[in-house]
Amino acid sequence: MTAVVQDKTVTEIERVVIRFAGDSGDGMQLTGDRFTQEAAVFGNDLSTLPNFPAEIRAPQGTMAGVSSFQLHFADHDILTPGDRPDVLVAMNPAALRANVGDLRPGATLIVDTHDFTARNLAKLGYAGNPLEDGSLSELAIHALDLSGMTVAAVAEFGLSRKDAVRAKNMFALGLVSWLYGRDVDGTVRYLDAKFSRKPDIRDANITALRAGWNFGETTESFAVSYTVKPAVVAAGRYRNITGNTALSYGLVAAGQLSGLPLFLGAYPITPASDILHELSKHKNFGVTTFQAEDEISGVGAALGASYGGHLGVTTTSGPGVALKAETIGLAVMLEIPLVVVDVQRGGPSTGLPTKTEQSDLLQAMYGRNGEAPIPVVAPQSPGDCFDAAVEACRIAVTYRTPVMLLSDGYLANGSEPWRLPDVAELPRIDPSFATAPESGEPFLPYARDAQTLARPWAPPGIAGLEHRIGGIEKQNLTGDISYDPDNHDLMVRTRQAKVDGIAATIPDLVVDDPSGSARLLVIGWGSTYGPIGAGVRRVRRRGQHVAQVHLRHVNPFPANLGQILARYDRVVCPEMNLGQLATLLRDRYLVDVRRLTTVRGMPFGAEQLETEFLTHLDALDQTDQETR
Amino acid sequence: MTTVDLPAPVLGTALVPSTDVVQTGKDFTSDQEVRWCPGCGDYAVLKAVQGFLPDLGLRRENITFVSGIGCSSRFPYYLDTYGLHSIHGRAPAIATGLATARPDLSVWVVTGDGDALSIGGNHLIHALRRNVNMTILLFNNRIYGLTKGQYSPTSEAGKVTKSTPMGSVDHPFNPVSLALGAEATFVARTIDSDRKHLTAVLSAAAAHRGTSLVEIYQNCPIFNDGAFEALRGPEAAHRLVRLEPGLEVTVDEQTWAHDPGDVNPSRQFALSRMDDGTQTQVPIGVFRQVVRPTYDDQARAQVESDTVTRGPGDLQALIDGNDTWSTP
Repeated sequence: MTAVVQDKTVTEIERVVIRFAGDSGDGMQLTGDRFTQEAAVFGNDLSTLPNFPAEIRAPQGTMAGVSSFQLHFADHDILTPGDRPDVLVAMNPAALRANVGDLRPGATLIVDTHDFTARNLAKLGYAGNPLEDGSLSELAIHALDLSGMTVAAVAEFGLSRKDAVRAKNMFALGLVSWLYGRDVDGTVRYLDAKFSRKPDIRDANITALRAGWNFGETTESFAVSYTVKPAVVAAGRYRNITGNTALSYGLVAAGQLSGLPLFLGAYPITPASDILHELSKHKNFGVTTFQAEDEISGVGAALGASYGGHLGVTTTSGPGVALKAETIGLAVMLEIPLVVVDVQRGGPSTGLPTKTEQSDLLQAMYGRNGEAPIPVVAPQSPGDCFDAAVEACRIAVTYRTPVMLLSDGYLANGSEPWRLPDVAELPRIDPSFATAPESGEPFLPYARDAQTLARPWAPPGIAGLEHRIGGIEKQNLTGDISYDPDNHDLMVRTRQAKVDGIAATIPDLVVDDPSGSARLLVIGWGSTYGPIGAGVRRVRRRGQHVAQVHLRHVNPFPANLGQILARYDRVVCPEMNLGQLATLLRDRYLVDVRRLTTVRGMPFGAEQLETEFLTHLDALDQTDQETR
Repeated sequence: MTTVDLPAPVLGTALVPSTDVVQTGKDFTSDQEVRWCPGCGDYAVLKAVQGFLPDLGLRRENITFVSGIGCSSRFPYYLDTYGLHSIHGRAPAIATGLATARPDLSVWVVTGDGDALSIGGNHLIHALRRNVNMTILLFNNRIYGLTKGQYSPTSEAGKVTKSTPMGSVDHPFNPVSLALGAEATFVARTIDSDRKHLTAVLSAAAAHRGTSLVEIYQNCPIFNDGAFEALRGPEAAHRLVRLEPGLEVTVDEQTWAHDPGDVNPSRQFALSRMDDGTQTQVPIGVFRQVVRPTYDDQARAQVESDTVTRGPGDLQALIDGNDTWSTP
């Protein structure tokens, strides 16, 4: 579609942060997804932050029921969904109230005035109408009856008023698409497929979408539209992807790369359920999905499948990990592959089911009885969930061990352009099953590979390998029950040594320190990669030096981490918890790692981190002066 | 639901490789020293199982025993098959994954009244409702033995034990009633002291495709000795009601011919209530045996069907999806 702009100005800008907000039934997530797809296909770099309540349909018009979707898109490579929106699309007074405080001064507000009645406003604690009382004067306000215009636009389809109003999100999407010169054809195709069995609804949505676009073009309310050029990024083929989808694909890929059928045992839990949904669609890859009666059964069945020679995986969130702890401990003892995916959310207990947090790190490390070490792997961005999942499976299969893969709600639901990997270049994973011993030789299920310390994986079905294993301590080599003190000491230390030894296959960490003269090192793990990177860039733009390093492997740590930490005068560790990685680093390396923490259910803001980093740089300067 | 229209296997062991090699009980005996208390009913069950397994004619390496925690759960160590001694109550969950992954295995679960009905109650009822192809041997001695003598979920009300010096105030489960309530497709009861009956029931259970639940009355000579004494002494013949298809049974003054194949479980359930706790009339044998598609057969059929319909998955195509763009 070519935008014919006659009386209107088109302004080129580098980047925009836009937030769609409405009731949880208003379709804001869908609206955000579609605009994201349009931006992705256009070639912008982007990063998204969905934010929604745990309640499916919280009471309409209340602050508790507000659902939002934030998208940052740019003509250059970006790392976060953005701190402060430049544009807010608010579908009702509650959405305005819940989000308006986050806007940057001078931001654009597009608001549906339809529900701005005195009664609704009073319920939200507004004394007057904020759109009229001057309280939002620093914003460029477009107060429009989006609902009314939608109903009028779709009148021809004879829908009930309720169904007609529901198309208002598409009207808003059309309007915003016009504002940024975006093609809506992809969304038209999407609606065509989605509502193919409900032609009235399909036509109404498409009509509303186009009506919104046309309204933008003709109304005098908008004098300017914007264009954000495609970003220059590494050459290759791209798609937009969420963390949960990428993680699912990574698991499917690991099944293919290892030649093992993938078996997922899972119990529905936010924000991990989408992995169960996604994997259940790919049975033709030899994927079996088992929706268990509870979290324990989910991991139990996965372990049973692994025992049978499949790639057993269980997916959950923090509360589920707590329930699975005993079975993970059994897998430590049995020494067979198992991948436990924890899509972390706010805790403790039920906590904040739909909000993000990184507070399960110590649970992953230590949340089992006895000395039960397991490798811990963490993705750093939505697309990176693919590689992290493959890596978790590689470690699990190679070392015959349960592995914890720590994603989080921000990665799970957020999205970014993902440079598509070439399947032919992905690393193969060798299951290397045990083979029958020479006749007369006894099979030793707890003999070990000299290099990896991994024991033989011997699923049932091979004559001569019949053996019994279990959760009771085992005699070294034979695997028979043993209560011998020296043997237990040996086995506990061997299991630890096996996990520690994984470091030998982990690439050395590379520090991002362009000037080579930084004295402050920022270290992180998991989803803080984007915000930390953005904060670091802001500091560097001020001419200051700061180094960044980010961990994919949290257990064991890469072999050169200790040397890296020792090189810097100050080490800061931003985390979405109260300092769990910092605790591990301090324990392991005796380095005075400074904690920088947030537990608001939201990722760090780049601006916030910039301020914190600058404070640490100031402190370093101060120390210098005092020393002199 | 999408499934391939394949003829469903009928026998529990239909997909398990068989052997012509003559096997004996000794072939199924491991080198491990058996460590149950002298006089434990578990010995009799172990002997019966070791003696019975050769009758199946299956390759030994395709038989797997999975257990939980408790005295009976040590069972797998003493059999020279594949064995997995897992954690308390979870054996049915682990066996569900194994049986779904591996149709070529004969999967057995060994559990006790505490393991299966207390800590693992949830997994048991869900395994029964799903009808995963496996045989569950529930050793019921109505006591916690390994933890040294606390009352169990099948102990009679008022039971005086270490943890209930004034008598337990719990109402007990009847495992057969529970299994019938969970819509199990095969439910039977037998007793450790009658090897011939035990073997016949095991044989029927192994032949059944789906989850077979076999309650085995088993004596604990240390902590609950004589719990089933009335069923082994001279009076046993009057007290035991040996169920056979067509046997005329009377419960609450109603008489009918026993039909384990009746899809409606009402009468089978009534039969499970015949024993009022006094062991005056105790039915043993097969209460219920009906045909219902198994979870694992159907789950595998969906994988096969999808693979046939769409072809084996193309990883690159999956990763690429439908909305890609290229940057030079």
